[in-house]
Order: sequence, then C-alpha cells, then structure tokens
Amino acid sequence: MIYIVILIGILAFWQLIKVYEYATIINGSKEETVSESDTRFNAKMMMVFCVAFFVFCIWNFWMYQDKLLPHAGSENGEDLDLLFNFNMVIIGFVFFVVNAVLFYFASKYYYRKDNKATFFAHSSKLEMIWTIVPAIVLTVIIIYGLKVWNHITAPINEKESIQMELYAQQFAWTARYGGKDNVLGKTNYRLIADNNPLALVAEDPNAGDDKLVKGEFHIPIGKMVQFKLRSRDVIHSAFMPHFRAQMNCVPGMETEMHFVPKYTTAQMREMTKNPKFNYILLCNKICGAAHYNMQMDIIVESKEDYNKWLATKKTFSESLTAEPVATTEPAKEEMKKDTAITATVEEVKVEEKK
Amino acid sequence: MDHAHDTHTHEGHDHGHDAHAHHHEEPGFWTKYIFSEDHKMISRQFLLTAIFMGVLAMMMSIFFRLQLAWPGESFPILNYFLGDKWAPGGVMSPDMYLALVTIHGTIMVFFVLTGGLSGTFSNLLIPLQVGARDMASGFLNMLSYWFFFISSVIMFASLFIEDGPASAGWTIYPPLSALPQAIPGSGLGMTLWLVSMSLFVVSSLLGSLNYIVTVINLRTKGMTFTRLPLTVWAFLVTAILGVLSFPVLFSAVLLLIFDRSFGTSFYLSDIFISGQALEQTGGSPILFQHLFWFLGHPEVYIVLLPALGITSEIIATMSRKPIFGYRAMIGSILAIAFLSFIVWGHHMFVTGMNPFLGSVFVFTTLLIAIPSAVKAFNYITTLWKGNLIMSPAMLFAIGLVSTFVTGGVTGIILADSALDIPLHDTYFVVAHFHIVMGASAIFGMFAGVYHWFPRMFGRMMSNKLGYVHFWVTFIAVYGVFFPMHFIGLSGVPRRYYSNEAFAMFDNTHDLNVIITGFAIFGAIAQVVFVFNFFFSVYKGKRATQNPWNSNTLEWTAPVEHLHGNWPGSLPEVYRWPYDYSKPGKDEDFVPQNIPLSPGEVENH
Ligand code: HEM
Ligand SMILES: [Cu+2]
Ligand SMILES: [Cu+2]
Repeated sequence: MIYIVILIGILAFWQLIKVYEYATIINGSKEETVSESDTRFNAKMMMVFCVAFFVFCIWNFWMYQDKLLPHAGSENGEDLDLLFNFNMVIIGFVFFVVNAVLFYFASKYYYRKDNKATFFAHSSKLEMIWTIVPAIVLTVIIIYGLKVWNHITAPINEKESIQMELYAQQFAWTARYGGKDNVLGKTNYRLIADNNPLALVAEDPNAGDDKLVKGEFHIPIGKMVQFKLRSRDVIHSAFMPHFRAQMNCVPGMETEMHFVPKYTTAQMREMTKNPKFNYILLCNKICGAAHYNMQMDIIVESKEDYNKWLATKKTFSESLTAEPVATTEPAKEEMKKDTAITATVEEVKVEEKK
Repeated sequence: MDHAHDTHTHEGHDHGHDAHAHHHEEPGFWTKYIFSEDHKMISRQFLLTAIFMGVLAMMMSIFFRLQLAWPGESFPILNYFLGDKWAPGGVMSPDMYLALVTIHGTIMVFFVLTGGLSGTFSNLLIPLQVGARDMASGFLNMLSYWFFFISSVIMFASLFIEDGPASAGWTIYPPLSALPQAIPGSGLGMTLWLVSMSLFVVSSLLGSLNYIVTVINLRTKGMTFTRLPLTVWAFLVTAILGVLSFPVLFSAVLLLIFDRSFGTSFYLSDIFISGQALEQTGGSPILFQHLFWFLGHPEVYIVLLPALGITSEIIATMSRKPIFGYRAMIGSILAIAFLSFIVWGHHMFVTGMNPFLGSVFVFTTLLIAIPSAVKAFNYITTLWKGNLIMSPAMLFAIGLVSTFVTGGVTGIILADSALDIPLHDTYFVVAHFHIVMGASAIFGMFAGVYHWFPRMFGRMMSNKLGYVHFWVTFIAVYGVFFPMHFIGLSGVPRRYYSNEAFAMFDNTHDLNVIITGFAIFGAIAQVVFVFNFFFSVYKGKRATQNPWNSNTLEWTAPVEHLHGNWPGSLPEVYRWPYDYSKPGKDEDFVPQNIPLSPGEVENH
C-alpha cells in the first residue's frame, strides 16, 4: 500500500517536471509574460466556472431545503424563520448578481493586443450610489432584525411562566423544575455531593420541592417556559435547534432564555412525517472530549400529560433521603444515553453494534 | 542584464549620505541567509516558514475531515502520523480531534495569514514601493522574524508532547483552557500554546512598529500619502490595527497564565471538577471573551486587509486600468479599520450579554458591510472595459473578489443578533469565515506569491502549473465551504467529533462526504503549488526587471537583490501608481518615477 503511494508520488513528480519544462519552453519563446492564448482560455473558463458554480449552488438549495431544520417548534422560532427568509432573499440576490457581473466582466474584457483599456479612475456618482443603496438596504435589515431580537429577549413575567433550570456538566445535562411553588431553590457550588448533584441549599424553603430529571424532560404546549442556565465546570451552551433557542451556560453566573412551545412532539412527528422525531437539547460550546454527545430529549405535550409526568418525579427533599438522583428509575433509553455520554469511542461503538 | 538598458535608472550617481548601497562588504553565509537584516531576505524567511506551517495545518484538516466523513472508520494513514495513542487502530480519538482542530485554526489564522502574509509582503513591498533602502530598523526586523520562528517551533513542538497540544479551540475560552482536569490538552500543551502566542505577539509588534515607521518616515521624494500604492496603505493600516489590538491579546493571555499557574481568579468562578470544588470565585469567563474578541475581530481584518491591498494592486496592473475609486478605497480601508474595533460583541450574542448591548453591536457590525461593499464594487468596476491579462496572480485576485462577496453576504445574517441565536457556533459560521477570511486571505497570499515571485527570486513561476493550481483550488474552496452552510442550517454544531450521536443529523452525512472529497482534491492542488514554487526558485525562467509592465517602484530596482535596493540614488516619484492606459501615452503604463510630460495633469 505504502509502496504504491510512493510509486504514484514519484510518477506524479516526474510528470510535473515534464509539464513544467514543456510550459516554460512554450512561454520562453514568446515576448509576453502571459501568452494571449492562455489569457483567452482562462477568460472563457471564468464563464464556465460561473455557470457550473451557480448550478452547484442551486442544486444544493434544491437537495437540502427540506433536509434543514424542520418548521420551528416555538413562536419565536417562527418569527426568526421569517426574518431569515427575508434576509436570504436579499443576500441571495446580491450573491448571484454580483458574482455574475464579476465573472462576466472577467471573461469579456480579456487582453487583446490592439485593445486599449478605458482610463476610468473614478466617478463620484457611481460611488455615491453604491454607498447609499447598501446603506438603505442595511437600515431595513437592522430595523427588522432588532425588532425580532427585542421581542425574543424582552423580559417576561417570571411568575406566569414555568421556572426551569438546565444544568450543564461534562458531559451531561440535568433539568430542574421549580416544583409546587414554581421557584428554583438557591444553590452553592460547594455543596455538590452524590445525592445533591446540583448543589441545592437544603435549608432554602424553595429548594425542597424542586424536581431533578435526567435523560429527557417534558414541557407543556402553549405555555411560556423560562430556563435558567448554570454550569458546573466549563462553558457549555444549551442549544435547542428546533425551538431556535440557544444560550451559553457559564460557570459562576446564571443566564436565561425563554420561549413558548407551539407544537407537541406528536404534532411535530406528524408534520415532519417522521415517527421518531424528537425535540433535542444539545451542547453547542466546545467543552471536552464528549462534547459531541451531550444531549437530552425534550417532550412537548398537553398540560395534563405534562402534569401527570411531573407528578411521578421525586422532589429534592425526597431524593435526599433516597439514593443519588442520577440513578433514580433510569428508563432503558436513558440508560443508553448516559453510558454513551461518559464512554470512550470504543464503548460507543460497542453500544451501537448491540 | 536588463536593468543596464533600463531607461528609469538614474544616470547621475549623486553620492548622497543615504547611498549606503555603495560600501560593498560581502556578507557571510550567516549574516546573509540566517541573521539577515535585509528586508528582502527576511520576507523570504517569513514566506518559507509560512509555507511549512501551512502545509502542516492543511494536513491536519484532511485528517479531521476523514473522521467527519467516515466517523469511526480505520485509516492507516492516521495511525501512521498520529500513533497508537491518538489513533488506535487508525481511528482518531476525540481528544486528538479537538487538538487538531485547535492547532489547525491557530496556525492558519496566526502563523500563515498573519505572520506569513504580513511578514512576507509588508517586508518585501513596503521599502521597495515607498522607495526606501530598507526597513527603518533592520535589527528589529530581524528580531521580528526570529521571534516568529521560535514561536512557530514551540507551536510545532507542542504536537509531540505526551498529553497532546492545546485542544480548547483556537479561541481558547477558559475555563476549558485553564483546567487540565477538563481536557488533557489544557496541561503542558496549553502552556506551550500560551508561550508560543506571547512570542508571536512580540514578533508582530516589532514588525508592525517597523512597518508604520518606515511608511511614515522613509517615503522617497515625491511619494506623498495620496501617491502610495494601495498595498502600502493596506499594510500600514494593518500594522496599526496590530499594534492596537495584539497587546490586548497579550493581556488576556497573561491573565490566563496567572489563573492557570498562580491560583488567581480572573476568569474562574464557582467551579466543581474532578470531584473537587475549586477555591476560585468572583472571576468571569466572559471577561476573557471580551478581551479575546477585542483582538479577535480586528485580527480578521489584519488577515484580510493585506490580501485586499495585494488584490487592488494586481487587479489594476493586470487590467491595464487605474484602480477605480482610489480615494474611496483608502477611505474604506480606514473606515473598516476604525469600525473593526467596535464590533467584537457580535461573537458574544448568546453569552448572556445585555440584549440592548447586543443591539448596539448589531448596528456597528452591519455598518462595516458598507465600506466592504464599496471595495467589492470598485474592484468589479476596475475590470469593466479593462484589458485583462490572466496571469495566475490575476486569477487568484478575481477569485478573492468572488469569495469576499460570497462570504460577506452571510456575515449579514450572522450580524443580525436574532438570527445568530440558532446559527452561533454551527457550521454556518465555519462556512462564513472560511470563505470570507480563510479563502480570501489565502487567495490574496497566492496572488502575491505569483505576482512578486520574480521580484523575490529573480525567476518566473510556471503559468501553466499556476492555472492548474488556481482552478482546482477555486473549485475546491467552494466545493468545501458552500455546502457547509446547509450543514449549519440543519443545526450541526462545530467542533463535534462525530455527528452520529444524533439521528437528526443523519441527512447531512452525504454532504460531509462530498466536502471531504473536495478537500482532498484541493489539497492535491497545493502539492502542485509547492512543487512549482521550489522548482522555479532553482529552474524557473529568468525574470526581466518589470515582467508585468507595472508602475510601482519595486520594478525599477534591478533583478538581483542589492543591499539598499537601488544602485544609485533613490528613485523620485512624480505621479500616482495607477497611470495605466492613460490617454495620450504610447505605452499602456507610466511608472511612478517618470515625470509628468509638459501639459500633463496628474488626474485621480
Ligand atoms: C470581511 C471580512 C470578514 C472576516 C475576515 C470575517 C471573519 C470572521 C471569523 C473568523 C468569524 C468566526 C468567529 C468564530 O470563531 O466563531 C466570524 C464570525 C462572524 N462574522 Fe465575520 N468576517 C468578515 C466579514 C463579516 C461581515 C461583513 C459581517 C457582517 C456584516 C460579519 C459578521 C460576523 C459575525 C456576526 C460573526 C459571529 C458569528 C457567530 O459567532 O455566530 N463578518 N467572522
Ligand atoms: Cu458541553
Ligand atoms: Cu468579528
């Protein structure tokens, strides 16, 4: 194998020298540093490339438009998708037109001996046009963009929303619910222990009813959910692509994001015609070896189903007296994921083969 | 030789005090090739080092592209290069994946496109184009190269240590980069990274200060600022950006060194790792990001502006037309440079920054699009009704305009804070900055090498091989980075070792295979370039003094390298550098050192 590669290498090298000598002799016999036939050939290639490139781009759009993220699962997400499409139309237009003009000029005005270039050094009018037109277009883009941004990030009424925490650590997520009082209990990072993985302050009256879950978490449709984000060790990022939501988890501080889920998991499965569809939470900030496998499923369901599911979960004070949270009632699915998270590559592969 | 009957050489040798070209002491091997203080030799040293580092970083990218296209598959070549520890059975380990990504990014951004690009062309062209005998300080210039060299050696050496090199991404965000418990690369590997980058900053500052002083003080008679070639304008502004922003990186690095080694908590707070609560509280990892991107964003223009300057020069020369909107080009360089200091927050929209502050950064970031657009349109107008000579350099310059536009427009999407929420840290960002910064700057660098090779080595490179190199590279760049947008739009995060853990990413897999295919295709073209380069150094056709019929002063100096550049007195300048195809002239070019003919106006 290695020998074949070396052999091919030597052959290629020899070939290059041949080409080189041949090319230099041809060029050497001419006066110009670049021959007219070379110029003509490359000018023609510009147009060929332009067409091929555009075909490739359109093919990409065509092939992948329905493989991108499915319809957004939150109201904010739908606003964002609209904004995105609006911007795409503008930049798509600029992209095609400017590239086309560039390649067209490059192929049209190639060197001819009896030609003389037009001495055209500047034109205030033209320069004004292409300063002002982009400025106007950008103003529209900025105004529309900031409107959506302000809407998405506007403060919300915390009491009326479901209070949740997403807690990141190498390489797993834990979700915490505010419990009966819908208030998240205080924490102190020094309190981390096997039976208190999120470092809750047990004396805090708001902490006892908090509920911790792993593997997957549920949220009800049509209700504002506010996520408080924390990290145990390094920076992680809580990314929920289907909801178009993301925020970093930074050790030493608390960050926040919120949205209203608009479609249940079941509805999305129907809309995407994919019975296995799941909303996903994943980590989107490099955080170590298993960064690529730090996930949690999200189930959006009716208020009743959500309440039923939440009722089956132990509260923090209950779990303090029981076993560590991490090992409570691991469903089969969850087991698989939790092992994969800490597993090395080989182990992951063994898992998959099973 | 050619220059003997060159009409532009001044006949009367006035033996002015600056004519130190005249004392002929033959320098020995060491002072000529190693510890040279001559800007032309230093420029070649930078170029060779950059080519070496570039080949290294490119090989790394092929390695991790193999893993992304065929995750978990065994490749003997990986085992051969990475060994049993990092690629057992020919499958790269996740730690090694992150290490390769990190070092690839670091080398490409800093060593190839900053040190390599500015080091090579600022050094070569500033003295020659402003009409100076050498840099303001030859000694500091030499030091600049040797700091760069040592820094490169340390970065290279860090690949061979036991725990592997730095692996926290080229942006080395703490706490990941601060805690060896978090990732093995944050041990000795990160220490070496920090030392190497500190030396790099020293090199960059020494170089930049020299460039600035040389441009301001050593311009020859008649070389006013509005007669400077755009290359020199770009190099000057780049150097100013470097001087203002690299010290900030240095402070960021210094504080990180303190956190890592002396128990301070600038960036660390409330961390629990490896079963232990760390003592540090009160610091903020976000502080590091502010400091880093205060350098980081100007850095992208430090990389890009020299490439744009080179392109301006080449497009004008090879179109046989003045650059369109010379003053607007200078204005946009200055506007971009100024704005680049107040946009850094667009890298931090989802770090929890105040949404209002985010809005301010949206505004400033999108402002940059205006001068960028002006530049693109001016290039295209320069081509219009030109007489385009398609040398390999010209092809790369045209390629740069295309990638600059294609990559620039996606910047508009990312600058919109709302749209950045679902796109931040996905492959969409990777596609954007590789096209707008990576490809454009590399194209500028290739264009510069092909164009000034005769000036550097006195010989010509092969055009034919240059064409092969260009077309394959151009196709490969778009083949690799255009589809990458779609991977990002599917939600795939960057810096993932494998996408197999998520069923939702399965339908992007075939794109990853296509991309790796194009990447390998493109890498092969670089072999052609490296061959063409080295073979031409020894066997290339001998160059004439002004092979491209260009106007700038570097082509009025003899082909052989003289210490002091010009044999007699320094050339004097009477006009701007873009008098191509000027009406009323027989030739389609009028070099800067030709006086205005009676009645001629200097119009631009
Ligand atoms: C013209 C030259 C440009 C260069 C060299 C450049 C370079 C870069 C680089 C290196 C990154 C990656 C940062 C990372 O590692 O995450 C980046 C991201 C970004 N670029 Fe550009 N860029 C350019 C133009 C633009 C333009 C014209 C805009 C906007 C109008 C823009 C907006 C952004 C934004 C907002 C990000 C951050 C995206 C994110 O982190 O999610 N860039 N750019
Ligand atoms: Cu993570
Ligand atoms: Cu930036």
